[in-house]
Amino acid sequence: MIFSIGWREFKTLFLSPLAWAILAVVQLILGYMFLGHIEQYLIWQSRLLGMEGAPGLTEIVAAPLFGNAAIILLLVVPLITMRLVSEERRNRTLSLLFSAPISMTEIILGKYLGILLFLFIVLLMITLMPLSLLVGGKLDFGLLSSGFIGLGLLLAGFAAVGLFMSTLTQHPTVAAISSFGILLLFWILDISGGQGNNDDNMLASLSLLNHYEPFLRGIFDSTDAIYHLLFITTFLVLSIRRLDADRLGG
Amino acid sequence: MDTDVLVEVKGISRYYGDTAAVKNISFIMRKGEVLGFLGPNGAGKTTTMQLISGNLAPSSGSITIASHDLLEDPRAAKAAIGYLPEQPPVYRDLCVDEYLDYAAVLNRIPRNRQREARDAAKEKCGLTQVGSRLIGNLSKGYQQRVGIAQAIIHMPPVVILDEPTVGLDPIQIREIRDLIQELGKDHSVILSSHILPEIQVTCNRVQIVDKGELVFNDTIDGLQKQLKGTSIKVAFRNTPDIPLIENIEGVISASKEADNFLKIFYQSDKNPTDELVKMSVDKGWGLTELQPGRISLEEIFVELTTHEFIARETDA
Repeated sequence: MIFSIGWREFKTLFLSPLAWAILAVVQLILGYMFLGHIEQYLIWQSRLLGMEGAPGLTEIVAAPLFGNAAIILLLVVPLITMRLVSEERRNRTLSLLFSAPISMTEIILGKYLGILLFLFIVLLMITLMPLSLLVGGKLDFGLLSSGFIGLGLLLAGFAAVGLFMSTLTQHPTVAAISSFGILLLFWILDISGGQGNNDDNMLASLSLLNHYEPFLRGIFDSTDAIYHLLFITTFLVLSIRRLDADRLGG
Repeated sequence: MDTDVLVEVKGISRYYGDTAAVKNISFIMRKGEVLGFLGPNGAGKTTTMQLISGNLAPSSGSITIASHDLLEDPRAAKAAIGYLPEQPPVYRDLCVDEYLDYAAVLNRIPRNRQREARDAAKEKCGLTQVGSRLIGNLSKGYQQRVGIAQAIIHMPPVVILDEPTVGLDPIQIREIRDLIQELGKDHSVILSSHILPEIQVTCNRVQIVDKGELVFNDTIDGLQKQLKGTSIKVAFRNTPDIPLIENIEGVISASKEADNFLKIFYQSDKNPTDELVKMSVDKGWGLTELQPGRISLEEIFVELTTHEFIARETDA
């Protein structure tokens, strides 16, 4: 059931030009940045040859690419998630789901799955760029896959926030802006304490950035993974509660 | 429990803040009934429909559908209902077939029977020709049919239709009414409307709600029996003064109608016709016409919802 709802959601995304436009724009911008990083590498190449333990192709091209992708997708994911529930609420189609013999959890997880499928495509398309370097070079697959997993977890978190915001309102734009706001807030949460000692900074430990960055350095820390999973679960549970409240509340 | 009972609603109330949208409504619906919910705008019809369909949770009371409690066992209860809200819950950017397939999946119809279910629903609702068209491009009447098709695709014992004919043209209205009567053969139907003739034509049971309360509950036949015989319409050549007539024993009230007709309400056990005819002869009013008054459903509706009728009922 969850998969059926997810598949429908996924197919619906592609009925409007929005999904195509997003894929195109993201690819275009990241492609441009990718080329920029490669150029950088070519300029540094001669100097790198002389260095001992010099950063490799993956570190110079792939890692920053994933870093940039995170920022761009922070802007873009709210645009995809905004209409998940809010549009159904606005068009009064939610009652189709509500009067069917399915639970709120299935509805939310189904919709979430649909978005994850879409984001997986985005992720694959981004990863294809560094993979194309295999034509003429070697890649550090450990680093690449750690970046891949990190970005995947991060996107899943973005989607969970976006989904929750979408359950709160009837207006897709409001959902988009507020999820963007929340994501950005989580991103920059450590700025206030940035100067001090990061270890005992509570806010910094909540920051999305701090839990994404290690993945880009090739460090797969289970704490970071758990942080992301908790982040996702929290917002999914909130979404389910919110849909339930639709039925109970006023 | 009586196996015939499909829907049992016990004392449901629903509050929005301090306003009660539905107050303590109870009723039972049996197999094969077409139940009409009648009420003016804002009477709580839609809220009641939403409560029964599980789209809203009641503030108090319980709803049992096909002997499954809607709150405790929502999945089994919801499997037994098909619901068409006021606005058909259709995805405008899907085509009819895609949409109905999705509805079939949501209602847990096994994969190998989905096609069959979809075709049957389309057939019933007259959608066979438009299967591959976008719902957004269909007319309002067809969208309504798609909404109904969605509600019956899993052949639920209970179908709930909330104002299914609103916003349709007269021909579409007639088609939808025929469809509802057709549905009544296989399903039990709950129908809400503020249009009286519609209820009269399609339903075999009426419930009238007003300000969130159930004020009337009877079969159409019972209603019609009650409507007859408590009034007469008379016409005279020389119309007498109304107080004179109101003094006749048994008469509750008399009022002037169009074309010199007088409408006389009387207590059901004291028919004043004899006396009236005698007086007419004695005083030379010249009785020209006398017919048993038939209060239309419309009048009873107006009276019920303005509470005069109840007062008179309790007085009598």
